[in-house]
Order: sequence, then structure tokens, then C-alpha cells
Amino acid sequence: MNNAVAIARRGVPRLLAGLSYHHPTDLAEHQRIYGPLPAVGRRFIDVVDASGLTGRGGAGFPTGRKMRSVAVGRGGKVVVANGCEGEPASSKDRLLLTRLPHLVFDGIVTAATAVGAKDAYLCVHEHETYLLERLDCAVAERADPVRITVACVPGRYVASEQSSLVQYLTGGPAKPTYSPPRPHESGVRGRPTLVNNVETLAHLALIARYGDRWFRSAGLLAAPGSMLATVSGAVCRPGVYEIEAGTPIGEAVGSAGGPAEPLQALLVGGYFGAWLPADVACPVPMTHAGLKAVGGALGAGMVIALPASSCLLAETARVVRYLAGETAGQCGPCVFGLPALAEAMAGLAYHGGRGRVLGQLARLLPLVERRGACRHPDGVTQLIRSALRTAAADARRHDQAGPCRGMLREPLLPLPGDA
Amino acid sequence: MKLRVNPIACTGHGVCAELLPELIEPDPWGYPLLADAPVPADLLDLAKRAVAACPTLALLTDDSLVAPPVRRGGRHASRA
Amino acid sequence: MNIDMHGPGLWYATRATGLVALLMLTASVLLGLLTAGRFSGERWPRFLTQGLHRNVSLLVLVFLALHVGTTVIDTYTSIPLTAAFVPFASTYKTGWLALGAVACDLLIALVVTSLLRDRLGYLVWRRLHWLAYACWPVAVAHGLGTGTDRSATWVLALTLCCIGGVGVVAAWRIVVGIGAQ
Repeated sequence: MNNAVAIARRGVPRLLAGLSYHHPTDLAEHQRIYGPLPAVGRRFIDVVDASGLTGRGGAGFPTGRKMRSVAVGRGGKVVVANGCEGEPASSKDRLLLTRLPHLVFDGIVTAATAVGAKDAYLCVHEHETYLLERLDCAVAERADPVRITVACVPGRYVASEQSSLVQYLTGGPAKPTYSPPRPHESGVRGRPTLVNNVETLAHLALIARYGDRWFRSAGLLAAPGSMLATVSGAVCRPGVYEIEAGTPIGEAVGSAGGPAEPLQALLVGGYFGAWLPADVACPVPMTHAGLKAVGGALGAGMVIALPASSCLLAETARVVRYLAGETAGQCGPCVFGLPALAEAMAGLAYHGGRGRVLGQLARLLPLVERRGACRHPDGVTQLIRSALRTAAADARRHDQAGPCRGMLREPLLPLPGDA
Repeated sequence: MKLRVNPIACTGHGVCAELLPELIEPDPWGYPLLADAPVPADLLDLAKRAVAACPTLALLTDDSLVAPPVRRGGRHASRA
Repeated sequence: MNIDMHGPGLWYATRATGLVALLMLTASVLLGLLTAGRFSGERWPRFLTQGLHRNVSLLVLVFLALHVGTTVIDTYTSIPLTAAFVPFASTYKTGWLALGAVACDLLIALVVTSLLRDRLGYLVWRRLHWLAYACWPVAVAHGLGTGTDRSATWVLALTLCCIGGVGVVAAWRIVVGIGAQ
């Protein structure tokens, strides 16, 4: 039985079926393992609709609907593959691009031919030299009917946001813009643009081969297919794991070898996600709806396990300080509000609040949420709110009495610039 | 009709809050906090005047024409 | 009733409306600088500065129209109407009147683009509005060069006050702008 048939029959791994830990998968091996890529037309969008695939970049928007809204637009279309992976705690896009680039390229070609685009861009941060080398090698092996350009984007956190990429590719700065219009109406150089995360495109590459019913054979009815989860923190084997959508968080942590020490909380969805207490988080299915129901967010499928001996508030304060420095500098409430929040969180975490900080935070948070052009400030406020909720008792103690011993521990949450 | 503000274009002049204090309040940094509700009929004219008076055309109604994107390097006056 | 098409009456009218137009234009520039510098006082809200700037600019147009009108009707100097808009179209004091035509054209451009501001978009409008910094000095120069009573001390003093005022407020505007960076 050849590999393609084997993939078509089992649950997971699907995307990662061709993953080798020794070398990146080249074109010949890629085609041997997954099978050849069939040509698709406009009707493929119906197949994507039927598959129920949603975006894997964090927002979870139905991919078929997005493709259709681009396909009906007027003028030449453009496909933008977002491989920037701005979230420091996520490595799945990097894994795909370095080890399985042909899945992503196949996905780009499939999406482009389905919506009628002749031009496509694969966006990667400009400082990722190893990644760029690997992509150059992969492109050299291929001969696609669509012109794919690898675009180097500045390494700022907000640069990988959808509207930032569109503005950058049109010749402007890599900063978010105020919508309307949305990219599917007017994107790169005014043309209808499809922006998708590289994992979403990789799934498209397999749906083109095996169909929508195959895609739905894993996962849940409401959240079909598989997804890549980056599990890190206090687990035995941190890494990227392919799981069926809807897998409970506890099981995802289990595939990474389980907790390395007793856990206090899990940060799900990355720095734009939310903290959940460990016991609340474990049974929650990894779907957008499931996490929203408990006040969390799936984001791009990251799970970070925080041990009981760490200080959740100190970890959060550190991340908020980083994110406050990463604003695009365009919107007043974000430019002024985020540093104010960072200041307050640092006070709470490291110095104690003198009974005032929790009130300060309660006043500041509504002044910052939903007042920027992009979701950057909202991500920070969500993170802070979830931290104050999950570690509510700690927060009160910090505010009244002072910081705890947990802040003496080595910081766990990764940030760019860490050694 | 509802009011909305383009947060990138807005530089916190505060003219809108002066003209329409019933619906717009300045935050501690000078940027407008808009009431969520639609504009009541008796304030409609004043709201249109506030939209026309915005020095950076940042105050908009929800049926405004979208102006071409504002690209600038993030200059913000620090407000007392 | 016959309007005297020749003689001091129209000549006074031309000079007077010209001077008033210059004063109003100076006021408009000052108000524009104050708006951009976000001037406000306890009893002086920002919308007042901005509203006055717009209304005063429109008044400038009115006085400019009177200034041009009285000049053209005056048969003593046979200046054609085109000279108000086309530089060097007049044989009388060609150079100085050309400056007037340039200032007039710039002013019309400024007002029209401002009235169409929401169609043009903020960025385009802002860049075009910089022409105001060309319009005002050209108008001042036209006044000094064309004005037949520039030797009259009070006219000179008035012009110098205008220049001084704009200088001070422009310096304030620059300092405020640097402070806000």
C-alpha cells in the first residue's frame, strides 16, 4: 500500500506524515509520500466549504468562505501565504516551512488556481536566514503555473498581521491599516487578496489530493480535520504535535510527554490567548468554540504549561512589557495604554500593589480594548484579564502584601532576544 | 447613524469631544471615547458638524466613504 | 447715480480692501498655526480656533473679490480681469501684480481643496495645504510692492506687525511640534 493511501486511511499524522527529523523533505520524496498534486479549478472552493477547514493562523475563519469572497472579486487576484509566525511561543509554521516546504507550496498553488490568482507571495521575517535558504532550495526544485515570490517582511510583531502584510506588499510600511476595505475586496495593490496561514494552505494541499470527506474523517463535526499544536513550557517533550481538532488540552499535553512538574495553569493560544487554571483546562477541547466557552482562546494552537512554582503574574508582566514595545505606534490608546498596563502589571508582579494596582488595571483595561486599528491591544488586555482571573488569589495577595517567591524562578515564556 | 473613529488617523486633537460632549469623551490621553449607541435624532446635525470639523478626518459615520489609507510614522503629541 | 470710474474713490477702495484682505489672511494663517499646534485655553476651545480659521479664510475671499473688482473697474490703470489670475498679464506694475495673481490662485486652490477635503483624503489635503506657507508671503510682497502708499508709516507698521505676528506664532508652532515628538 503506498504512502498516499496510508495517509488517506488513518487519523493523524497527516501533514506531518512526511516529516523526517534528519533532513527537509525534498520534492521527489514529498510526491512519493503524499502523492502527486492534482490540478484544481474554481469548483474546488465548494470542496473546501464542504471540508469545514478553518484558518489555522489564529482567527479560525472558514477558509472556503474566504476563498469564495476573493474569487468573486474584480480584477487580478493575489494569494498571500503568511509564514511569519510572529508569536514567539509558536513553531509550527517554522516546522512546515523548513521541513515540509512543498506542502505549503502545493497549498499556495492550489489556492491560487482555485481563486484565479496568477501571483502569490510567501511572507517570512527577514531575519530568518536559515528559513530563507531552505525556501530557496525548495523553490528551485519546482515549476509551478503560479508565480510565487518569497517576500521578506520586517521582524516586528505587528508586521505579520494580515493588513500589515498587504500594506507592505503594496509598497507601504509593515503596519496594520484601518479596515474597511478588507483584503478580499482590496488588498495588495488594490486587488482581491487571499491571506492564509501556511498551515491552512498545507491542509488545502492534502484536501486537493484526498477530498473533503477524508478531511472530515478526523476531528469533530463542528471542528473537523487535524491541527498543529506547539506544546511547550513545563512538559517532558516540548515540540510541535499534530492532533485531531477537538482533542482535549490535557491529551495534547500528554502527547508532549505530560507535565514535567505539577502545573498551576496553561497559557493557550499564545500571547494573544488566555490563561486557564490547569484543572479547568485539561478537559477543554482544542477548538475555537470550546475555548471561548471557558473564557479562553485557541489562537494558533499553542499551549504553554506553567509550573506551580512559577509566578503567573511575573510571567505575564514580562510578556506585556514586550508586547507594549511592539506596537506599530499608530493608535493613541495603544501607544499610551499598553505601556501604562505594562507599568501596572510590573508593579503588581515585582513590587506589590500597595492596594491600588488592581483598581488601576480595572480602570485602564476598558480604555485600551477595541480602540486600536488591529487586535494587538485586545490581545494584551485579554492576556491580562485572564491572568487576573486565573491567579485571582495571587493577584489580591500581590496587591495587598507584595510579590511572591515565584518571580525568582527563571522566566519560562519565550521572548525574542532571549539567549 | 453611528459614529466611529479611525484610530490610525486620530491624533487626539479633541475637537470632536468639544463639539459633541454628549457622545464623545476624551480619555486620559486625549483620544475620543465614543458612546456605543446610535446618534439620537436631535444630535444628528451636531454629529455631522463634528465629523466635518475633525482636523484629521478621523471621525467617521458608518456610511462614510473610505478615505485613502493614511500612512505616517506614528507621531503622537503627549497629552497632559 | 454715476459711479465715478476714475479718481480717488475707487483707488482708496482698492487699497483698503487689499489691506483688509491681507490682515484677514494673516489672521487666517495665525489661526491655522494655532489649530495645528492644538492651542486651547480655559475659555477658548479648539473648535473655535478651527472654526474661525475656516470662516476667516472665506472672508478673505470676499475681500479679495472686492479688491480685484475695484481694481478692474478703475479706468485709471486699465488692468484686465485676467491679471488677477494670470501672472504677468498686466502692463501696469507687471512684476508686483504677478505676485498678486499667484497669491490669488494659491488662495483659491487652498479653499477649494479644503472644501473637497473628504473626497481628497486627509493625506493629499494636508500636503496641498502647505501651499498656505507660500500664499501668505507672496501676498505680503504683493502688498509692499504694489501698494502706492507703502511709504505711509502706518501701512508699513501694520505690515511689519503681520510679519512679526506670523513669525512668533510659527516659532511657537515649531516648538510645540518638536516637544510632541
